[in-house]
Amino acid sequence: MNIGKALANRSFCIGLIVTSVIALVALLSFVWTPYPVGAFDIAGKLKPPSAAHLLGTDHFGRDILSMIMVGSRNSIAVASVSVAIGAGIGVPLGLWGAATGGFVDEVLMRLNDLVFAFPALLSAVMITAVFGPGAINAIIAIGIFNIPVFARVARAAALSLWSREFVIAAGAIGKSPARITRDHILPNLASLLIVQATIQFSLGILAEAGLSYVGLGSQPPMPSWGRMLFEAQTMIGLAPHMALFPGLAIVITVLGLNLLGDGLRDMLDPRFQ
Amino acid sequence: MLNYATKRAFIAILTLLVASLVVFAMLEIVPGDPARLMLGMNATEDAIHNLQEQMGLNQPLAIRYFSWLGGLLTGDLGRSYTYSVPVFDLIMERVAVSLPLAAISLALSTFIALPVGIFAASKRGKFSDTLAMGVAQVGVAIPNFWFALLLVYLFAVTLRLVPAGGFPGWGAGFGVSIKSLILPSIALALPQAAILARITRSALLEVLGEDYIRTARAKGLSRRQVLYRHALRNALIPVLTILGLQFAFLLAGTIIIENVFYLPGLGRLVFQAITQRDLIVVEGVVMLLIATLVLVNLLVDLSYAIVDPRLRGRS
Repeated sequence: MNIGKALANRSFCIGLIVTSVIALVALLSFVWTPYPVGAFDIAGKLKPPSAAHLLGTDHFGRDILSMIMVGSRNSIAVASVSVAIGAGIGVPLGLWGAATGGFVDEVLMRLNDLVFAFPALLSAVMITAVFGPGAINAIIAIGIFNIPVFARVARAAALSLWSREFVIAAGAIGKSPARITRDHILPNLASLLIVQATIQFSLGILAEAGLSYVGLGSQPPMPSWGRMLFEAQTMIGLAPHMALFPGLAIVITVLGLNLLGDGLRDMLDPRFQ
Repeated sequence: MLNYATKRAFIAILTLLVASLVVFAMLEIVPGDPARLMLGMNATEDAIHNLQEQMGLNQPLAIRYFSWLGGLLTGDLGRSYTYSVPVFDLIMERVAVSLPLAAISLALSTFIALPVGIFAASKRGKFSDTLAMGVAQVGVAIPNFWFALLLVYLFAVTLRLVPAGGFPGWGAGFGVSIKSLILPSIALALPQAAILARITRSALLEVLGEDYIRTARAKGLSRRQVLYRHALRNALIPVLTILGLQFAFLLAGTIIIENVFYLPGLGRLVFQAITQRDLIVVEGVVMLLIATLVLVNLLVDLSYAIVDPRLRGRS
């Protein structure tokens, strides 16, 4: 992939800029926010956007911009760990299935279907019913859902590589399936897996927001976009800005990631060139 | 065909069996004894022991699993610990809200997405295509519960056209009941429609790139004829899969949307059950949803085989 081609891809450019800005804002929130997130100011509650509070204040008088900035860390952390869980377990399983075939492959794929039958939300509900709500349990639930996704993508792509001549040649000179997988299959899958990771990352952000919204995700006092929306719900008539901005934060982040993923796929997939 | 159907059905049953094991095992490791929970803090040891006996809690694990499984098959999901009514009745009462909600949303999202997707594909690369897909791209990124909040603000709080939440019950009349399902179904449907429109467009474009399409054009058929007679049919196969999956997501999605609109559906039931540690209700709802998903996927798989005979040979 060369830089000129990357710059010519509009989705990729916009996606990259948006995602970078959000990542920078999340980093910035560690050292600076306009106001401390724990600062209550009951006298200044439910204020619409103004010069002092760019995005207004919530029902405790907390600065919404500061909470959105700190909340981004939570979204990013949950989404990235659950992508890591999904890729870390799913990719090896998919590669293993493709390399061995037969019975192992069949069992792995049926297990995949089984996990797939549980929507992320449903497994999150179960996990919280058993272990109680919290960010860790949200990560586990979303991570489990990611496993079959990565396993399928890795397996399907690996299977088509296994019939390619350079892989057959590697087998002919005596390389073991494990070494072929490591030396030839995995490097050729990397770009596809990066695209999938971007997509799952954005789905993870949406899922985390949904879980926090219904109270199954991260718990107070850690700010999270989903819970900010939950708190905004009862105030919707009084302070619609409380609902507007955290939602926009989610939409912009997810949109940026999706554009980045689409752009990457267009550049990496030879069919689109 | 029959062979294929049997094999698919067998796999579906196997999936359900394993799912039931997972659900049973998960709720087995929860600390706390249901009998103790039902009788409260002041119960005597004797009373607790009697109830345990009555509920069969002191029997071996395997026996309890099989009697629970047997119950599932006969529609006996046990009794709720908190409501003291059969879980089955509790669920049926709530399905009467969640199922219409999911079905209306699915219909709505299909009726919006298919025309938009087909239109965009037929105008590929033109401004209207870019615009439609731009809107769809944003739609995919919108969380449905946030969209729901915006709808409530606009149509319920500001314009006062529809209620902001609650459900009068079907007994109160069809009109008022449907009215309170309008916003929830739009909120659920639009983000799904965005996904479906994108998939319809790309499936159609993929088909339009095939050789037989060029042949059809070369023999003199108009673009319209090719689009509707040849391309659309073949493009519908991936669209059908996604529709099946979407129904599943919509049904699960009602769990969140019901909380926005205070609708007494399955979602609200599950959350109340979780906070009250009424795990037998959670078990029942989760198993019901999984069974629905498995069944829908089975039907989608089988309908493929009817639409596309090439798939019957593959397992």
